[in-house]
Amino acid sequence: MKRSLVMLAVAFAAVAAIPRAHAQDAETEKAIEKYRAMLREDPWSNPGYLDADRGEALWTTRAGPKNASFEQCDLGKGPGKVDGAFAELPRYFADADRVMDLETRLLWCRETLQGLSAADYVKRPHPAGGQPVKEIGAIATYVASKSSGQKFAARLDRPQEQDAVALGETLFYRRSGPFDFACATCHAQSGLRIRLQGLPYLAEKKEASKVIGEWPAYRVSNTHVMTMQHRLLDCYWQMRMPELQMGSDASVALIAFLTKQAEDGEIAVPGLKR
Amino acid sequence: MRITIAILALSFAAMPAPAQKKVDPARADTAIKAAFPTAPADWASRLTGDETMQQCSASHNNPAKDVAAAIQKREQGTIVYPPDNNFMGDWQKGERLAQSGYGLRFTDYPPRQANGGNCYACHQLTKNEVSYGTLGPSLSEYGKLRDFKPEAVKAAYEKLYNSHMAFPCSTMPRFGANKILTIEQIKDAVALLMSPESPVNTGK
Ligand code: HEC
Ligand code: HEC
Repeated sequence: MKRSLVMLAVAFAAVAAIPRAHAQDAETEKAIEKYRAMLREDPWSNPGYLDADRGEALWTTRAGPKNASFEQCDLGKGPGKVDGAFAELPRYFADADRVMDLETRLLWCRETLQGLSAADYVKRPHPAGGQPVKEIGAIATYVASKSSGQKFAARLDRPQEQDAVALGETLFYRRSGPFDFACATCHAQSGLRIRLQGLPYLAEKKEASKVIGEWPAYRVSNTHVMTMQHRLLDCYWQMRMPELQMGSDASVALIAFLTKQAEDGEIAVPGLKR
Repeated sequence: MRITIAILALSFAAMPAPAQKKVDPARADTAIKAAFPTAPADWASRLTGDETMQQCSASHNNPAKDVAAAIQKREQGTIVYPPDNNFMGDWQKGERLAQSGYGLRFTDYPPRQANGGNCYACHQLTKNEVSYGTLGPSLSEYGKLRDFKPEAVKAAYEKLYNSHMAFPCSTMPRFGANKILTIEQIKDAVALLMSPESPVNTGK
């Protein structure tokens, strides 16, 4: 495992060094296909596993004014139960009286268990290019990887959950910003691309279930793990919208909708993305 | 162009119908406002969208006939024409703005250069640029295919100024009406499409 990690690190560095010019996208795509093949031979060589390991260590590390770890965090299957928990998210949590996706729940656990402010965390929740994913992202990578191989099994049938899915769908088609874009502008047809980047058809279950279960994913062009909350912020950035707040109802609703779209999909975390 | 519209109409028609469960638009507004707490005060309109956007969102870009007609009329009214009715600028500048996706992102402030039109994100234009998107139809030989007719030049200007006039609920940005591009820039983009010297038409 160590050796292939080093090989991949070298290979990834080479891809990262390719200028982000669009004409190079096809080459990047080819290179990534090569790494995907390597990953199939040795799945453990995805650099995202380093963050999953970091997340596992963070899960048991005491921190904050309350000097507590995440070990009592209830992700829906009971305090401290991590295996298979991601597969059942998002879900309604009575203690918070909210529907939460994984990252939002972790933020909540961090605040209630460790006494660390969520409002402070969401001011800078995502890493810049080349920086490692932040604490919640690392823990999310760890937790989600503990559902790898399972299928999404979020119930999404409680009234609050149905409401979140419906809101998410509405937001998916909602145009906003000076370019009049909605998620549907880029993700409501199959086989289209923007410049050379292929656009998954997320309004359709077949394509959604192929890609949604791969997040958090190691993103080669940013050389770090990117979480779903971060992915959505990035898409809103392209929409010329302000910064999407991590844990906001809108972000949770979109993730609930996307997860519903992907309900037959298999979880394969950490994924690997362009 | 008719064919494109027919194809697009078909693909829109194939889009999934809105879910059974209706969400009150005010609820969506509230959720969006709360989700973007760092929005500067003068970005308020980015969060809500205007009536045309709301109608296109609600119908999944497939407005009923009367709504489509109302959109068309409203959007036509936004178009500002060049005072001298000269619709063509400099195709070389047009090519540069077609390549550039700069502008209006929260990382683009304070502005460091003019906004781009990012046409290549969605359209094929010149033969030499192979990195083009397919969200919109190919515009290769656009002017040549229209015999460089003056009406087609004017129509291209209108299309760029406000895409909904010719195609209600078009997914192409309203470059003029939303002040993404200036009138001069739109003329440059029209030249890229319609000038006989433009590589879009010479194939060079
Ligand atoms: C202007 C185009 C555009 C808009 C609008 C847009 N996206 Fe994206 N989206 C992209 C691109 C491009 C990618 C793929 C990036 C890449 O290849 O790395 C992407 C990727 C994604 C992915 C990851 C898919 C995968 O392959 O795993 C998700 C999920 C997603 N978008 C959701 C959304 C949602 C939800 C919205 C609306 C809030 C949205 N997008 C709006 C362009 C857009
Ligand atoms: C986000 C995607 C997008 C961007 C960016 C975009 N377009 Fe479009 N464009 C479309 C789509 C989709 C259509 C087809 C629907 C329609 O006609 O409105 C279209 C149609 C057109 C047409 C009419 C084609 C015909 O059949 O007559 C022209 C001309 C055009 N675009 C030019 C441009 C130019 C020039 C730019 C850049 C300044 C640009 N577009 C940017 C998506 C886009």
